[in-house]
Amino acid sequence: MRIKIEKRLTVPKYSSILVPVLSVALALFLMGIILLVFFYGRLGNLSLAFRETFEAYKEMLTWPFANKYGIFSTLMRMVPLAFVGLGLSFAYRMKIWNIGGEGQLYMGALAATWGALYLFKDVTSPVLMIILISILGAAAGGIWALIPALMKAFAKTDEIVVTLMLNYVAIFWVDYLVYGPWKDPKGYGFPGTAPFPDQARLATLFKGEFHVGFFIAVALAIVLYYVYKRTRWGMNSKIVGDNAQAARYSGISIIKYTIIALVVSGAIAGLGGAVQMMGIQHRLQHGFSPGYGYTAIIVAWLAKLNPIAILLVAFLFGGLLVGNDQLQMFYKLPMALISVFQGLVLFSLLGGEAIAKYRLRVSREEAVTNE
Amino acid sequence: MNNIESFILSTLSATVRAGTPLLFAVLGTIFTERSGVMNLGLEGFMLIGAIGGFVASYQTSSLLAAILVAMLAGAILGLVHAFFTVTLRVNQIVSGLAITMLGTGLSGLWGKDYIGVIARRFEPIKIPVLSEIPYVGQILFSHDLLVYISFIMVPLMWVFIYKTRPGLTLRAVGESPDTADAKGINVFAVRYFYTILGGSITAIGGAYLSLAYNSMWIENMTAGRGWIAIALVLFATWDPAKALIGAYLFGGITALGLRLQAVGAHISPDFLKMLPYLLTIAVLFFTSTDTLKRKVGAPASLGVPYSREERT
Repeated sequence: MRIKIEKRLTVPKYSSILVPVLSVALALFLMGIILLVFFYGRLGNLSLAFRETFEAYKEMLTWPFANKYGIFSTLMRMVPLAFVGLGLSFAYRMKIWNIGGEGQLYMGALAATWGALYLFKDVTSPVLMIILISILGAAAGGIWALIPALMKAFAKTDEIVVTLMLNYVAIFWVDYLVYGPWKDPKGYGFPGTAPFPDQARLATLFKGEFHVGFFIAVALAIVLYYVYKRTRWGMNSKIVGDNAQAARYSGISIIKYTIIALVVSGAIAGLGGAVQMMGIQHRLQHGFSPGYGYTAIIVAWLAKLNPIAILLVAFLFGGLLVGNDQLQMFYKLPMALISVFQGLVLFSLLGGEAIAKYRLRVSREEAVTNE
Repeated sequence: MNNIESFILSTLSATVRAGTPLLFAVLGTIFTERSGVMNLGLEGFMLIGAIGGFVASYQTSSLLAAILVAMLAGAILGLVHAFFTVTLRVNQIVSGLAITMLGTGLSGLWGKDYIGVIARRFEPIKIPVLSEIPYVGQILFSHDLLVYISFIMVPLMWVFIYKTRPGLTLRAVGESPDTADAKGINVFAVRYFYTILGGSITAIGGAYLSLAYNSMWIENMTAGRGWIAIALVLFATWDPAKALIGAYLFGGITALGLRLQAVGAHISPDFLKMLPYLLTIAVLFFTSTDTLKRKVGAPASLGVPYSREERT
């Protein structure tokens, strides 16, 4: 009997589901080891550390997914992740590396706040107000992404670092506003704006535990699914991503597609920021996002850029964020744990995809040597 | 008049200090990328170096141990990056992002109990004679040991890359791995070696923050410096000498922002803090291929995994 590793000609379809699922499982396992080391360092006793790790895992996985309040928190954390993840998928399909989701989310939130508190403060109809704020938020996210888009389209400037740098700029801009001119005079010195008026808040269900932004995210995912699968844009953008040369020969304007991809990508993230303001935050605050824009990168990747899968993965990661909060509260574990987990997931996924390209062939006959 | 003079002098001196972490990161990454491995994980390398160095200094009070531990931590992350990009040949951009997240997370976890504690730091050493030179002495020769090491590294690296046999091998692997392979060079070994070496040098940049610049551990203390360094590698066109100019340019803008805040300029500190990030965007724009209308000296095989099976 002999075992041979050989390259597969085509990667089987089931691996596109199996690999992400196994990646998450492997990452959870690896994080368990890291936690064990961490607890061992704190407690100095291996069996205690084992028990603590086990308890922490139980807390992290049951509360967000198996408890009524936990599930609502998970769903609410899922919404911004889904928006930004969907937005990123729009650019990633074309292999345009927008990692500025965080900044685009912030700009959407900033614009939404400007609309709710200043620009549209005389609008009394909630429907009109919410539509206006949504448009404003999406526009702000889109404009924020237009900067790298124009630079990439016309000067071939690498978009990765530019989109990332703009995250910092957006965050400082929000800081400037909430510590300075927009600071709530009745806020007891707290770095945040005044609260949104009632007509600028999304309707809530289940005693305020849940807001309708969730349905907007679901609707958006369905629309994007249709766009990717059934429209000319969906097909052409895939061609641009897979083979820019071929796209150019078939008459697709790369410049136009690059700009549209990044701007729409940013606009969806910006809309997410506006929804987050109208649905949950109800005021612009320093550091309102615990890195949704970065977590969404993993969400989009793990979902293989499929909009429906993005919703599911966003739900999973929403739960992990909630679970992480629990761990922070009850086990005094740092926020950084979520970054560790995200890095592990991404590496497991990369490794899994690389390995899925190969297969083991076991043959019964004795090894025949060629020599 | 004296006031302005001391303002300029202290700003220039602060420029060197603010530029040093960037310089280490850029130099390390030049090694890695010259071998053809793209590295976007600098933020992760720097943070793991910052905490590794800080913890070692706190535990042993030995600065040598601190630097070695920082380098070791960077080397381990470098090994991970090399395994994924060289052996498994995965997407190097995504591997870099994963390194960033892993480094950020692990450093936060490791540093949980080291927030607010004091460790031994690199103290300024005035170099005899040289530090007496008017102006230049205060700007260049009144710093700590790591700054002087970075001064020496720049010319050494330049000579190594452009004038020595191993430097030629390094460049060959980054430009044309096929040819290098045909010449009997082990492409995989070279890429592993420089990814690990580059990671450990980048980690010193992080250690500089926790052991000299801020002299404490703060979660996420790199604050995007890793990404700025990535832009600087492009700016420097993978040339150590230009890396020095780029790093001090950014050090200068950071120092100026801080100095202006200190003297109470009427600009919001949040806007001053934006400056390095905005400057990075400007630098990227003006160094991008189409703006310069010339071919930038990127290693031709940068970001392309090498596979012997698929040799052409």
